[in-house]
Amino acid sequence: MSDQVTASTPPPPAVTDAERDELRRQGILLTSLQELYTWGNSHSVWPLNFGLACCAIEMIAASMARFDIARFGSEVFRPSPRQADLLIVSGTVTKKMAPQVIRLWNQMPEPKYCIAMGACAISGGPFKQGYNVLKGIDRFIPVDIYIPGCPPRPEALLHGLLELQKKIQGFKISGPDAPRHLRADLKCDCPVPEFGEHDLEPPANPEVWTAPTLVRSEKA
Amino acid sequence: MESAEQIRDRLLAQFPGAEISVVTNPGVAAQHSLLLGAAHARAIAEFLRDDANLKLDQCSNVTGIDWPEKEIIETTKSTVPDPAGGPAKVVELKTKRIQPGCLEVVYHLYSIALRHGPVVLRLRTGNRTDQSTVPSLTPVWRACEFQEREVFDLYGVVFEGHPDLRRILMWDAFKDHPMRRDYVEPDDYEWEPTPHGAVLEKAKAHYPAPSVAAVPAAEGAKP
Repeated sequence: MSDQVTASTPPPPAVTDAERDELRRQGILLTSLQELYTWGNSHSVWPLNFGLACCAIEMIAASMARFDIARFGSEVFRPSPRQADLLIVSGTVTKKMAPQVIRLWNQMPEPKYCIAMGACAISGGPFKQGYNVLKGIDRFIPVDIYIPGCPPRPEALLHGLLELQKKIQGFKISGPDAPRHLRADLKCDCPVPEFGEHDLEPPANPEVWTAPTLVRSEKA
Repeated sequence: MESAEQIRDRLLAQFPGAEISVVTNPGVAAQHSLLLGAAHARAIAEFLRDDANLKLDQCSNVTGIDWPEKEIIETTKSTVPDPAGGPAKVVELKTKRIQPGCLEVVYHLYSIALRHGPVVLRLRTGNRTDQSTVPSLTPVWRACEFQEREVFDLYGVVFEGHPDLRRILMWDAFKDHPMRRDYVEPDDYEWEPTPHGAVLEKAKAHYPAPSVAAVPAAEGAKP
């Protein structure tokens, strides 16, 4: 292997996965700090005990014995944002409620994650053109996982949680790819909008959300 | 239960000089209603609640209606005799008049004691801007309190004599009345993935102009 090649590709791991499996069979657990950190993080995601509309009923069903979110380490619904890791935005966010939801998000300690559950939390859903409905909670807070459905089944929420766990396990704990709570240059809280005379002010948080650009040509 | 006309006649006997008229409902339901003037509305409501034959002790629903200003064109036909002796000409004369707008509040009353209803009351404001006051019926039926607040919030009808007239659904600093016909909603149509109809027209204002390179490519793609 020449020097030029090693400079452009990452160095091979000191211990391959096959060797680690062999060591585990012999009773030796070999891991890295990053793996241990993300493993612990992803299996103790405690949601905030908080529901906004009908999706909350499905969230409650997911936490009960039949669907049993406890299998994935998320059964501890915390009644205080100070103790919660996960904000499940389960339902329609009205403009009157949005500042309170964002304030709850700001009160949660890092590391924290957000799931937008159901059509309303994603985009406003069937109430999108209503005068008092926020067109998606992602206009104000960063959303990790979107779960479509109206409402999503409890299985869909569990799938969303598993996807969140996969996402957490992919985090690097140092370097430029680290999540925001491990970096000094990124802000962790979101500004709370004010109640304006016609709408929330500002109507969206530009640091979190900008409208995707769509170039469409007129049909002839 | 008495018909709306019978109730009107009894009310007129009880309150001489009160403005009461029957608004007929041409539909199958034929739920005719009583349009009351503001001056006697409170006294009439109390009479309807306490009258032995009616005992309308429950106000089940309060609704607002916005009637915007309406231009009405009336056509009158008249025949003009031809001076030359031919057949008479029919001349159509069109006159425009503007029907002033108003806000209306509708109350649906039932009697739990006598198990009948509904009796429908209507109150109208003078116009939609500066004379938007009607007497509150909350002192007569306590159930009206929140619903009158909702009508105040969404239509802007001011209820005189309401004990706690504040917005109930929108926040206090909100200035508009969203259920009025001329409500202009905030323009937040910048991201509409599947627009159609009226939403498409609003979303188009946010579409970026197609770039110079994109237009020939799109036209070239057409068969």
